[in-house]
Amino acid sequence: MVTLRQAQGPDAAQGADAARGSGRSREHAWAVAATVTDPEVPVLTIEDLGVLRSAEVDGDRATVTLTPTYSGCPAMDAMRDDVILALNAAGYSPVEVRMVLSPAWTTDWMTDAGKRKLTKYGIAPPSGRAALQQGIIRLQLAVKCPRCGSLRTREVSRFGSTSCKALFECLDCLEPFDHFKVI
Amino acid sequence: MSDPHGEVTVDELRLADELTGADAAAAASVDAAEYALWLGDDALILAQQLGGWIARAPELEEDVALGNIALDLLGHARSLLHYAGTADGRSEDDLAYFRDEPEFRSAWIVEQPNGDFAQTIARQLIAATYMFELYSALRDSSDATLSAIAEKSLKEVDYHRDHAIQWTLRLAGGTDESRSRMIRAIDDVWPYVDELFRDEPLIDRLEGVAVRPSTLRGAFDRVIAVVFAEAELEIPDGFTSSGGGRRGIHFSNLGFVLGEMQVLARQHRGATW
Repeated sequence: MVTLRQAQGPDAAQGADAARGSGRSREHAWAVAATVTDPEVPVLTIEDLGVLRSAEVDGDRATVTLTPTYSGCPAMDAMRDDVILALNAAGYSPVEVRMVLSPAWTTDWMTDAGKRKLTKYGIAPPSGRAALQQGIIRLQLAVKCPRCGSLRTREVSRFGSTSCKALFECLDCLEPFDHFKVI
Repeated sequence: MSDPHGEVTVDELRLADELTGADAAAAASVDAAEYALWLGDDALILAQQLGGWIARAPELEEDVALGNIALDLLGHARSLLHYAGTADGRSEDDLAYFRDEPEFRSAWIVEQPNGDFAQTIARQLIAATYMFELYSALRDSSDATLSAIAEKSLKEVDYHRDHAIQWTLRLAGGTDESRSRMIRAIDDVWPYVDELFRDEPLIDRLEGVAVRPSTLRGAFDRVIAVVFAEAELEIPDGFTSSGGGRRGIHFSNLGFVLGEMQVLARQHRGATW
């Protein structure tokens, strides 16, 4: 049998909890979808990431719009499936997830709460706005070490363990760390 | 038999369409689909070739970099092939795995073998510089799906291009050995540059939808001139390949690339994991 990832237990449970005692609505469907986390960075929800763009409800039917972070990011498939599972658990059926490419996702959409969670998790959040990385004059802001807070850090590799991260090292505490790239 | 993953099956999930452009319901015209194959096949073949470096790159960071770039390109290919398939009901997998060589529309530059690291970088420099100009212009397409894919892809080929430029400078300005290899690599891939900017009859039928390739040449040349000046490299004055990828006539290496890419899907129909 072809089997997909089961939604993470806590997510599905949260979705079910959220469903109890509240009617179906756009806000409710959004809240349920917003419990889904990024499988690669489990502290971030798709709402924190800015990947969750909209939720619509029509009777029992829910339509959720997501935007992919990076074109080839394999985590997107998992997030899409988890959204369907969470909404199914909350009583929505059928659930449709639309992937839209435009407007293109940017780290500017990451919430402040998401950035704080990332730092706590040991990943330096995006430093500055995407506009600074475009055009002729580009400004690379210092990336703060999530462990000791030093701004004396160095990019080791622009490409890291996932599409969204670069590898850095801290010149003060000497620890390597991931940086969520500005895009 | 109990399933460790639970009771969830694909059927129950009613999977949504794979990544699509601006409008999930948009269907491509026959001509727009053909154009999407040009772009999608370039991205797909380049992704497949770059994947060949995984576990073989000169250093670990570069292994990760080339793998990441390949993954981005594969994402572009998925969006473009999905859209191409909407014209006649084929899926992105049908198009990737079940077309034979003459049905591909990739250009010869992306079909050039990986060679040594310098040759891969030379190919990347040309391909990424071309794609950057292409997607910049394609954002203005009257076709909403192509425009959306271009907007998304541009952000990524931007840093692919930067990666190739950094390595071109480093190899050309490095040791005698790295410099001689970089010069040889440029000599090897340069004959395949012209094909990228050749207008085919298809383009005449896609006014406002497709980008006319010849209009990108000026911007491409300006970027390459800046990089080559910095790297003290010269544009080779050798022969120019006739190309022919857009018409299904391919460089000999494409068959080997497809053989490896398609063997599993063809030998084990419907295989999943």
